[in-house]
Amino acid sequence: MTENGMFGASDSGDTSGYGGLVQTTSTTGSTERPYGGYFDAVVDDLERAYPEFSQAIERVIVDRGELTLHVKREKLLEVAMILRDNLKFESCMGVSGIHYPENLGRELVAVYPLLSMTNNRRIRLEVSLSDSDAHIPSLVDVWAGNNWHERETFDMFGIIFDGHPGLTRILMPDDWQGHPQRKDYALGGIPVEYKGATIPAPSNRRTYK
Amino acid sequence: MTIFDPYAPSRETTEGTVFSVTGGDWDSLIQEIGSTKEERVVVNMGPQHPSTHGVLRLVLELEGETVTEVRCGIGYLHTGIEKNIEYRNWTQGTTFVTRMDYLSPLFNETAYCLAIEKLLGITSDVPERASVIRVMMMELNRISSHMVALGTGALELGAITPMFFAFREREIVLDLFEMISGLRMNMAYIRPGGVQQDLPEGAIPKIRDAVKLMRKNFKDNSTLLIGNSIWLKRTQGIGYLDLAGATTLGITGPVLRSTGLPWDLRKVQPYCGYEGYNFDVITADTCDVYGRFLIRMNELEQSLRIIEQALDKLEKLEGAPVMVADKKIAWPAQLALGSDGLGNSLNHIREIMGTSMESLIHHFKLVTEGFRVPAGQVYQAVESPRGELGAHVVSDGGTRPYRVHFRDPSFNNLQATAAMSEGGMIADIIGAVASIDPVMGGVDR
Repeated sequence: MTENGMFGASDSGDTSGYGGLVQTTSTTGSTERPYGGYFDAVVDDLERAYPEFSQAIERVIVDRGELTLHVKREKLLEVAMILRDNLKFESCMGVSGIHYPENLGRELVAVYPLLSMTNNRRIRLEVSLSDSDAHIPSLVDVWAGNNWHERETFDMFGIIFDGHPGLTRILMPDDWQGHPQRKDYALGGIPVEYKGATIPAPSNRRTYK
Repeated sequence: MTIFDPYAPSRETTEGTVFSVTGGDWDSLIQEIGSTKEERVVVNMGPQHPSTHGVLRLVLELEGETVTEVRCGIGYLHTGIEKNIEYRNWTQGTTFVTRMDYLSPLFNETAYCLAIEKLLGITSDVPERASVIRVMMMELNRISSHMVALGTGALELGAITPMFFAFREREIVLDLFEMISGLRMNMAYIRPGGVQQDLPEGAIPKIRDAVKLMRKNFKDNSTLLIGNSIWLKRTQGIGYLDLAGATTLGITGPVLRSTGLPWDLRKVQPYCGYEGYNFDVITADTCDVYGRFLIRMNELEQSLRIIEQALDKLEKLEGAPVMVADKKIAWPAQLALGSDGLGNSLNHIREIMGTSMESLIHHFKLVTEGFRVPAGQVYQAVESPRGELGAHVVSDGGTRPYRVHFRDPSFNNLQATAAMSEGGMIADIIGAVASIDPVMGGVDR
């Protein structure tokens, strides 16, 4: 991904000179071992319990004291089963979506926070999807509580969870068009007049980098 | 010309006959149904129904009075808070998240602010006094939230007096909130880096008096309900959910603790300095509505204990800061209390308007642009009165959140309705849903 400029608003003249900066940020590569805390033990245990670890896990990231495993979509169900049965992650705290329209080929991201009450541990699974093929295996068979969370992520992002027992909208009305949490879905709103001045709708206000 | 039938009018659809019952006309409905051969009846309960805890819609399939299938319909209170936050700066987000689960606003704010602090890497820089105030406010909030759970839960099962007692206690807490933050609910009091402002003068003795009063008052409800034979009949063995069911459904909070597992994030994954307080994790082993009721009753006393310890700490920390020292993050936190509630800090206005142009520029930039948060994502969970409230916060390095998702315990726990109620009596659904204590503002966000 490339990024232009460094700070400030984009709709006025650039007086700082920083607006001409072009930065390339890398989204590949893993964190180096040791990860610290119980993260090494979790990754070791998963490697032992799952022979296909190197093919299934694209990246291992430790950031701000949290462990994220980037899982290939095709292997998600297997990894989830092993995490539940062998590594004792009994509960999944749902799924959250993220939409990165600039990240071509990996526009949609599904994030699963897992919790092990037995070992008092938390990890996170992350799966990237292409917008043109937004299918991901459902984890309802692994953790029944993911049912509504997956419906919500479908509703909000349009990610299709294959194998979900009833993937319908949950928060928006059934006949709603579009998926509101995607970045290309406008917030809407109208300008409001207050004490003689007009304040634009939130989505039309000036943004700062 | 068709004559409108005011008593349970019916129309034919492909799914069968549909009756519109408006209340008071159940007898005519039963007469009509009695003449058909159909034994299976589908009833829409809610979204406007006094016993569904807000705008929750339950679709019940009944055979006689036995419930064979339950489906929940939610979304009637969806306000797009998660979407709206993406168009505001990080600090403004607190005014949105506080409105999600409106019975526990301070927990929403704390989860959100702790997540931002983790992203900023300033978790250890948050002043101790701010953390202690957060803990005290959260525990007061837990009392007011449990009071609504107990009061409305009892009311829905037909007991009116406990509701009066519960709302009397809740009023005490809301008055304290008003004194401290200026607002009774939706305070946006907890801010990234600390709290909005310090406690007003004379707050600590007032809170101590309130704690004493509440400890005395709580006895009214416990003598009324604990061991009460009608109450036991309506709650014991009702809404059964065991540990295996709770973990696969991701259930947390009092419902999980009613299966006997002492899982409380304040103990097992402490935040805001909870490791420095003495309190017990309350459990029950009955897996039913009565167990959850007892847990909430006993958690009140534990919250009072934590508040007392927090007040002791606050007395020692008198005059300490309540906002991080970094002025690039800290909003002006020294507001003045005007006659009509909160006002601006006159000293701050004097400085930015009269003496320092740099201060004015800084203030303007901080308030309009906001501060930048380094790119990354975190998940921060707190133990809300209903269970694990998780904030998944993603930053792209800008002045606005890139994505904020709240894993609300009500949303998740409401999924247990079917497991708790199918096969039981229709009247027991009310008790089961009340024991989950869902708040639809949090469910729908």
